[in-house]
Amino acid sequence: MAKFFAVIIVVITIASAIPIVMHTWPTPQDISTHGAAIDDQTNETMLEAGISFVISQIILAFFIWRFSSWRQGEKTKTFPGGAKAMVWAAFLLVGTEVLALGIFGVKAWANVYFTPPAADAVQVQAQAGQFAFYFRYPGPDGKFGPIHPEMINEANANFFGIDQTNDADSKDDVVTAEMAIPVNKEVHLLMHSKDVGHSFFVPELRVQQDFVPGLDLSLHFTATKIGRYEIVCTQLCGLGHYNMKAYLSVLSQSDYDDWIKKQAALQ
Amino acid sequence: MHDVAGHAAHAAHEPTSFIAKHVFSLDHKVIGKQYYGMALIAAYVGMFLSWLMRIHLGWTNAAIPGLETLSKTGAPGGVMTPEYYLQIMTMHATIMVFFVLTTAPFAAFGNYFLPIQVGAEDMPFPHFNMMSFWVTFAGFLVLMSSFFVGDGPTLGGWTQYAPLSAVGAVAGPGQGTGVVLWATAIGLFCIGQLLGSLNFITTTLDMRTKGMSMWRLPYTVWAWFITSIMGLTAFAVLMPACILLVLDHLAGTSFFVPSNLVFNGQLQPHSGGSTLLWQHLFWFFGHPEVYIAIVPGMGIVSHILTTSMRKPLLSHRVMVYSLGALAVLSYMVYGHHMFVSGMNPVSSVVFSFPTLVITIPSTIIVLILLGSLYGAKLRINSASLFALGFISMFITGGISGFFLAQPSIDIMLHATYFVVGHFHLVMGVAAMFGIFAGTYFWFPKMYGRMMNETLGKAHFILSFIGAYCIFMPFHYLGLAGNVRRYQAFTDDYLQPLIPLHRFITVAAILTGLAQLIFLYNLIYSRFWGKPAPANPWEATTLEWSTPSSPPPFNNFGGTFPEVHHDPHQYSVEGASADYIMQTSPEKVNGPDEA
Ligand code: HEM
Ligand SMILES: [Cu+2]
Ligand SMILES: [Cu+2]
Repeated sequence: MAKFFAVIIVVITIASAIPIVMHTWPTPQDISTHGAAIDDQTNETMLEAGISFVISQIILAFFIWRFSSWRQGEKTKTFPGGAKAMVWAAFLLVGTEVLALGIFGVKAWANVYFTPPAADAVQVQAQAGQFAFYFRYPGPDGKFGPIHPEMINEANANFFGIDQTNDADSKDDVVTAEMAIPVNKEVHLLMHSKDVGHSFFVPELRVQQDFVPGLDLSLHFTATKIGRYEIVCTQLCGLGHYNMKAYLSVLSQSDYDDWIKKQAALQ
Repeated sequence: MHDVAGHAAHAAHEPTSFIAKHVFSLDHKVIGKQYYGMALIAAYVGMFLSWLMRIHLGWTNAAIPGLETLSKTGAPGGVMTPEYYLQIMTMHATIMVFFVLTTAPFAAFGNYFLPIQVGAEDMPFPHFNMMSFWVTFAGFLVLMSSFFVGDGPTLGGWTQYAPLSAVGAVAGPGQGTGVVLWATAIGLFCIGQLLGSLNFITTTLDMRTKGMSMWRLPYTVWAWFITSIMGLTAFAVLMPACILLVLDHLAGTSFFVPSNLVFNGQLQPHSGGSTLLWQHLFWFFGHPEVYIAIVPGMGIVSHILTTSMRKPLLSHRVMVYSLGALAVLSYMVYGHHMFVSGMNPVSSVVFSFPTLVITIPSTIIVLILLGSLYGAKLRINSASLFALGFISMFITGGISGFFLAQPSIDIMLHATYFVVGHFHLVMGVAAMFGIFAGTYFWFPKMYGRMMNETLGKAHFILSFIGAYCIFMPFHYLGLAGNVRRYQAFTDDYLQPLIPLHRFITVAAILTGLAQLIFLYNLIYSRFWGKPAPANPWEATTLEWSTPSSPPPFNNFGGTFPEVHHDPHQYSVEGASADYIMQTSPEKVNGPDEA
């Protein structure tokens, strides 16, 4: 039984290691300027985690195999170095590697989160609500009009609660159900939720950030590849959670200009 | 250390009526069995719910025969509605985390064996102890009742994030009575565990028998002791949080709800609350809770392995210090659940470091267990197999934690199946293996009969392979961006993953069936198992020196054992046998730490 168990551990270990060695884990393509740092970090962690995983499982299997078949009268032995060796190993190997990984990993995080958005970034406001995203563009004046929550009215398509008749800044605001952004240009995303917690997740963009009711949050990123991607909600927000999504179109600058003009005409 | 007159009074209280003996019992052993029974029922209910989820995820539009009888509105024609899926998921998680993983390894085995292992007749506050079970059980009933009340259980997940959970029925199905019942159940559960923890702590500190110094306590007692300190602090945070949540619901307060929320076009009357406050309170409880689930398992596994290896672990003290370090650090890392929650991004970095540091004591524990295997004379039986399986699962699950500890990687993996795979291995499966190991190991003591080893080994090997087949692919799904808490896959990029989901579903059903072998073994052995010898595993600790199995009402037949040795003395040079009971008066030259 012990040997059978040891073999099972080895088989499972090898089967699990194959995708790591073949590098076949199915991360979506990266279409952002900051994503490469995150992917590198993931790859390094995968390498280190993969090695630790394989070595420790194989040692476990080997010890089970070897030490379950002792002869009568044989004496038990102590691991050379004893507990001290283990404590040193944990501090040196795991401590330094993990901390090094952590410190370098922070760089990827800091690149995105500790820097302000560019002054000329495209401003987009995203609003999450049960179970749809809406987006607002400030129009030619570059200013968003204020939001009046009591005026939100889905039947009237006033998703944001904008008062276009009275607020000057609102007059040219453009509200859409789909998000479009120009390629290779920084986007400054201003996020708020109208009801419960939601999240903005575009796997290809390497961006995930919760919408927190009561907080105005923001993010900035640059998309580098033209295409159509899905924005999904990752915070449990109610029965429609699984189906809460919108599309993100990354367009060339001229297509983007046309798109925003067309949307403005539709308001 | 102990007060003999008090104990004599205790023995005089031996109950005679059925109710006093088996229902409202003050005997810690009966209370331990009651906890175990509840955990067993909860585990099978939780498992059944996971089957429903998995079938739905594999074949979303397929009707599940008979499901309509459980809920006509939730599953018309046997096909789950999206809200019913989430309600089932929430109940699965709540039942598993609270009523299985906290009660079985901690409250059940701890109640039964902690007093015996320290050489006491009972706990110092037996009435509190009885209450601790019945309050917890009431919590369980309240939770289960939500299936049959109003529009069913809450669908907010075991984390119950506000404001979804706080604003009431406007937030959608299940957010009315369901949430109030959930918070009541968990509040009751907290009270039960607080009472239990108090008993555990005082028993360990105050009720030790002659010669039982702190360093002569076995790993199990250390683990339960450390866990109860965590329990005392963590549940003391969750309970008031639940009360505030109920107030938000019923009394119109706004602890967790900010102003200007709009549901169905209606501006809500709440204002002034904080969404993140709930998350901070919840995870300040929630992260220690993960360790509350796993530390007793580590104690049980260490205890069983020393017995099966016929040698002590490399170091008793390093093991205990590492468990203590886990407990302390577990509070400082809670923010790693909130990297992308909208808290200040600097906090994410700050929380990332203790999270990386906590891998050091975890690694020490794994290395001590692995290193101790070297040169062992391993005895393979169902208990030791599950203990070894625990090590494998803990390694695998622990390593995937590496990824999640880094905020930059967590951007991709947060709230995906990667997280689900990680925590199922490290706390779900590993802790369950600890429970199984403890069951096979202690069953002879608890019922005076042996469990069937052949069935036990079959149960083990199927569970081990099954658990990997289910939860390893979860990591793969997560790396592909498969968001968790989804009842179907409407996103284009998730379509290619459906075959993998089906594979997992089949594996989950087969693994679940293997758990019926265990149930059969448990019931069969309870009544018809071979009578157990006094010390079937040739173990050393005090529970194996009671005059009978199960032990009499006062544990040691009215006398107090005297302790002369360290708890795990195996293969000591020059001793007359390969193990020395803690009570053995035999003098040996070997090291004795206390
Ligand atoms: C029979 C084996 C099990 C299977 C097949 C299973 C399956 C699942 C599935 C499919 C989910 C939903 C994942 C999601 O969409 O986020 C889930 C969630 C969960 N399960 Fe299990 N599970 C099993 C055993 C356990 C055990 C033993 C525990 C004990 C810790 C557990 C605790 C949880 C928790 C805490 C959640 C999270 C739910 C939430 O996000 O609120 N499960 N499980
Ligand atoms: Cu959402
Ligand atoms: Cu959602």
